[in-house]
Amino acid sequence: MRSKTHIQTTINGEERDFLCEPRQSLLEVLRDTLNLTGTKEGCNDGNCGSCTVTLDGRLVTSCLVLAVEAEGREIGTIEGVAQGNHLHPIQKAFLENAALQCGVCTPGFIVATKVLLEKEPDPSEERIRFFLANNLCRCTGYDKIVQAVQAAALNLRGTKETQA
Amino acid sequence: MRNLTDGRAELEVEGATIRQLVANIDAQYPGFAARLLDQDRLRLNVSVAIDGEVAPLGLLETVPPAAEVHFIAAIRGG
Amino acid sequence: MSTQYSVIGTRPIRHDGADKVTGRALYGADVQMAGLLHGFILRSPHAHARILSIDTSKAAAFPGVKAVITTHDFPAVDGNKMVDLGEGDTPLSYARGNVLAGDKVLYRGHAVAAVAAVNAHVAEEAAGLIEVVYEVLPCVLHAVDAMRSGAPLLHEDLRTTELGEATTTISNIAQHIRQSKGDIEAGFALADVIVEREFHTSTVHQGYIEPHNATALWNNDGRISIWCSTQGSFVVRDCTAAILDIPVSQIKVTPMEIGGGFGGKIPVYLEPVAALLSKKTGRPVKIVMPRQAVFEATGPTPGSYMKVKVGAKKDGSIVAAQAYLAFEAGAYPGAMVVPASMTVFAAYDIANALVDGYDVVVNKPSTAAYRAPGAPNAAFAMESVVDELALKLGIDPLDLRLRNAAKEGTRRVDGPRFPRIGCVEVLEAMKNSPHYQSPLGGPNRGRGVAIGFWFNIGLPSSCTLNVCADGNVNLIEGSTDIGGSRASIAMQAAEVLGLAAEEIHPTVVDTDSIGYTGVTGGSRTTFATGWAAYEAAQDVVRQMKERAAKLWDVKPEAVEASGGVYKSNGNSIGFKELAGRIAETGGPVVGRAAVNPRGAGGSFAGSIVDVEIDPETGKTTILRFTCVQDVGRAIHPAYVEGQMQGGSVQGIGWALNEEYFMSPDGRMMNSSFLDYRMPTALDVPMIETIIVEVPNPGHPFGVRGVGEANIVPPQAAIANAMSHATGTRFTRLPMSPPAVMEAIWCQGSSSQPS
Ligand code: FES
Ligand code: FES
Repeated sequence: MRSKTHIQTTINGEERDFLCEPRQSLLEVLRDTLNLTGTKEGCNDGNCGSCTVTLDGRLVTSCLVLAVEAEGREIGTIEGVAQGNHLHPIQKAFLENAALQCGVCTPGFIVATKVLLEKEPDPSEERIRFFLANNLCRCTGYDKIVQAVQAAALNLRGTKETQA
Repeated sequence: MRNLTDGRAELEVEGATIRQLVANIDAQYPGFAARLLDQDRLRLNVSVAIDGEVAPLGLLETVPPAAEVHFIAAIRGG
Repeated sequence: MSTQYSVIGTRPIRHDGADKVTGRALYGADVQMAGLLHGFILRSPHAHARILSIDTSKAAAFPGVKAVITTHDFPAVDGNKMVDLGEGDTPLSYARGNVLAGDKVLYRGHAVAAVAAVNAHVAEEAAGLIEVVYEVLPCVLHAVDAMRSGAPLLHEDLRTTELGEATTTISNIAQHIRQSKGDIEAGFALADVIVEREFHTSTVHQGYIEPHNATALWNNDGRISIWCSTQGSFVVRDCTAAILDIPVSQIKVTPMEIGGGFGGKIPVYLEPVAALLSKKTGRPVKIVMPRQAVFEATGPTPGSYMKVKVGAKKDGSIVAAQAYLAFEAGAYPGAMVVPASMTVFAAYDIANALVDGYDVVVNKPSTAAYRAPGAPNAAFAMESVVDELALKLGIDPLDLRLRNAAKEGTRRVDGPRFPRIGCVEVLEAMKNSPHYQSPLGGPNRGRGVAIGFWFNIGLPSSCTLNVCADGNVNLIEGSTDIGGSRASIAMQAAEVLGLAAEEIHPTVVDTDSIGYTGVTGGSRTTFATGWAAYEAAQDVVRQMKERAAKLWDVKPEAVEASGGVYKSNGNSIGFKELAGRIAETGGPVVGRAAVNPRGAGGSFAGSIVDVEIDPETGKTTILRFTCVQDVGRAIHPAYVEGQMQGGSVQGIGWALNEEYFMSPDGRMMNSSFLDYRMPTALDVPMIETIIVEVPNPGHPFGVRGVGEANIVPPQAAIANAMSHATGTRFTRLPMSPPAVMEAIWCQGSSSQPS
C-alpha cells in the first residue's frame, strides 16, 4: 500500500479530514472516500464540467484538482447548496423550468450558476451562455437551463430588493 | 422473399391467424416459412403488420377478413 | 377531438426532481458498498489484429489485484444462439465477442481482458502488465472501402445475406436489403427534372455525459445482483444470463439513475465482466468506463455513404425516388440501414421507389442506436435532394413537400400503409410559423427547412399501483427514467384516477420487483409504460367501485366514477375518503397491468433554421432554430419541448462539428470531449418549439413517442440553409469550418451550384 496523506479541509462549511494518496483527485475523494456522490464524473479530464465544485469560492473542475491541494481550503459541492430542507432558488428554478432531463449535468450547472449569480446578479443571455460553456449538457439543448438561470436571477434580485 | 414467391410481392391468401397464413403460403411456395420462422416462432428481426399496424403477437395474431398483412423488419430505436 | 383533461397537458414538478437538484439521486457510478473492488478493462491498441497469446501472470501477481479474466473465463456456449439485445437479435458470439474479444480484436478499444483490484488505480496499473501478443492486420474503416473485393475481412465466416437469401459469399457486407414500390424506370421516365447526389456522413457518438458503469455481486447462493445505468434492465438481465449461461431468474438487475443514453445505453458492455470478476473474488466489483473508452468502444452511430435520386414533374409532383444506402455497422453486423431504408422516403407519397441498403462491417466500434437510428443519415440525403429540386422547380420548399406529403393511407416503400399521421400538419405548422414568416436579410445568411419521420414501437411494459390509506397512490414501474418519464407515466395514472400528479408516487424498480418491461427507447416509454399505467389505473377504479358498492350496499355496476368521485343513487364519495376505507371493505387495493400494445404511431418533425457563415473562417452560426413536431398528445409539455430542443441541438452538433477523426490505422484521434466537439451553451440559440397534436388513435390519450423524430431533420435543414447562404451544396457531414472553407474555395470550379 502506498502511504497516504492526511488532509484537513472545510466542505460545505463543515470541517472534514481525510486520508488520500498523492495521485487521487479531489473528485475521487469526494465521491469514493467522503461519499459525496452528488458531484459527478463525466470525463475525468476537465472537459465536461459535471464535477464542478468551488475551491475557496472559485469554480474548479474537481477531476483536475489533486485531493492533497484541498489542504486548508474551503470546498463547496452540490450537497451544500440547499439550506437544510429548503431548496436554493436556483434549484427551484431548475425544477420549475424543467431544466434537467437525465440530471447528471445538473449538480455542475447549479454550482456554476450559483457562482455566476453571486458575482453578476443580472447577466445577459449571452453572458449566461458564455459562463456556462464549461458545462456540457447533452439532453436539454441548454434552452431551459438558460431560462432557469434567468428565472433564478430574477428571483434572487427580487429577494435582495425586499431585504434592502 | 420475393424470389421465393415467383417474384410476386403480393399474394392473396386464406388464414384466420398469421400462423395459418404462413402455412398456406408455404404450401404454395415451399421455403417461405423457413425464411420467416425460427422453429415455431417468428424470427426476432421480423415483425408482422396487420393493416399498417405492427402486431405484437406475431404468429398468434388473428387476421380480420380482407386484412392487409405485411412482413416487415422489426424496428427498435434509441 | 378536444377532450378536457385535468392533469394531462399541465407542467407539474417532476417526481425525482428534488433528488436530482440536490445531488441525492444515485446514478450507477454512485454505488458504494462494503468490500467493493474496482475493475479496469484492458483494451486493444490496434484496430484489427489476431490475438496470439495473453499472459496475465504479472498482473495477477501485482499487489492489490484480486482477479484477472479474459474471454476464456466465459462458459462455452452456442455462439449461433440468437439473443435479443433490445435492438433486435444478435448471435450470442457477437454479443459476447464485443464484451471481451475472442481470437481477434476488431477495433481499437476492443476489450481484451479485465482486472479487479482494491482500487481503480491499482486495477489500471495491473492491466498495463498484461502481456498480449498481437498479429496486426490491415484495417478497413469506411463502408465503400470495406465493400470492395479484396478488402481486409473482419469476420472470416461472415456470409452475405442477399435480399433475404443466405449466400456463400464471404465479405464485409452482412446484408443487402431492397424495398420497392411501383416501377422505378417508368417513374423516372415521367420526370421533367431529376436531381441525383452522393452523400457522406461521419461516425458520431451519442455523447451522453455519464460514462457506462456496472457493479455486480455474485452471491454465495449463486444469485447475481447487478446495479448499472441502462436503458433496459431486463435486456441487461437477459443478455448477461445468455453470455454467462445461467437462467434469467438467477440475476436481479437494479437500474440506477441514468445520465443519458439516446440508444447508446441499450447494449451490454460491462455487466457480464463485473459479474465474472465478482464470481472469482467473492466480492462486489464496480467498473466505470473512462471517457476515452466510451468513445472508442461503445456504440457510435453509423457513418454512411448514400446516393439519392429523385424525379419530379414541372408541377412539383414527385414521380420516382431511388436510394442507395451503405451503412457502417462497426465491428459486428447491425448497421441501422433497415430503419434508414424504411424512413428515407417516409415523408412522401411516391408511386415509384426503390431502396437498396447495405449493412457493412468495418474496424470501428460496434454501432448502437442513436435517437431514430439510421433516419438522420437518410433524411440528410433525401431532404437535401428535395431542397435542390424545389430550387430547380422554383417552388417553395415547404409547398413542394406539402404537394407530395404522406398521409393516412399512403403506402410506404416497405409495404404497409400509414395510419393517421401528422406529416401535413407539421409542414403546415412550419409554413405558418413566425419563424418561416419572418424575413431573413443580410449577407452570408441562409434559411433551410427539412422534415423527418421516425417510428414508435410498442413492446411489453408492466405497472403496479398501490393505493395508500391517505388516498395517494404508489406507482411501480420498470422503465428507466432518462428524461422525466416518471412524471409522464404518473400523470396518465393520475388522469384516470382523478388525482393530482403529485399524489402519484412513481418508483422505478429492479427486475425482481416488476413484470417484464422493454427498453426505454424507440420512443415507447410514455406510450407503452404510460399505457400500462392507464390500464393499472382502470384496474384500481374497478376495485374502488366494488368498495364503494360495498359501503352503499349496491351492485358495483351501479357505481359511477368520474374525476375521482364515486357516485351511486345519490351517494357520493371522493377517491381519498374511499381510500381511507379500503381496509374495512376488503383490504389492500392493488391495480396491475401488463401490456404489449399495438398502435404505436409514428412521429414527424420539421426543422427551420437560419444560419450565417463567416466567409473568413468557415464558422457557421445558428441564428434561429425552430423545431416542429407532431407529438400526438403532449402529456407534460415542458418535457416534450425538452425532447424537441435536445434532439435539435444534437442534430446541430452532428451537422456542424461532430465526427470521429480516424487515423489510417484506425485510431480515433479525438476521443475526448475537448476534441469531439459537442455543442456548448454558447454554440446554440434558444430553440423555438411548436407542438403539433394529431392524436394517435392507437393510444387512450393519443400519445405518440416524442424522443426521436426531432433529431432527423436538423442536419438537412442546416445543410440547406448553408447551401442557400453560400450557393454551394453541402453533401458531407459534418459541415465543419474546414469543410466549409474548402467548399467556398472550390466554388468557382464547382459544376453544381445549388
Ligand atoms: S469529470 Fe471533471 S470535467 Fe468532466
Ligand atoms: S440533463 Fe442530461 S446531460 Fe444535462
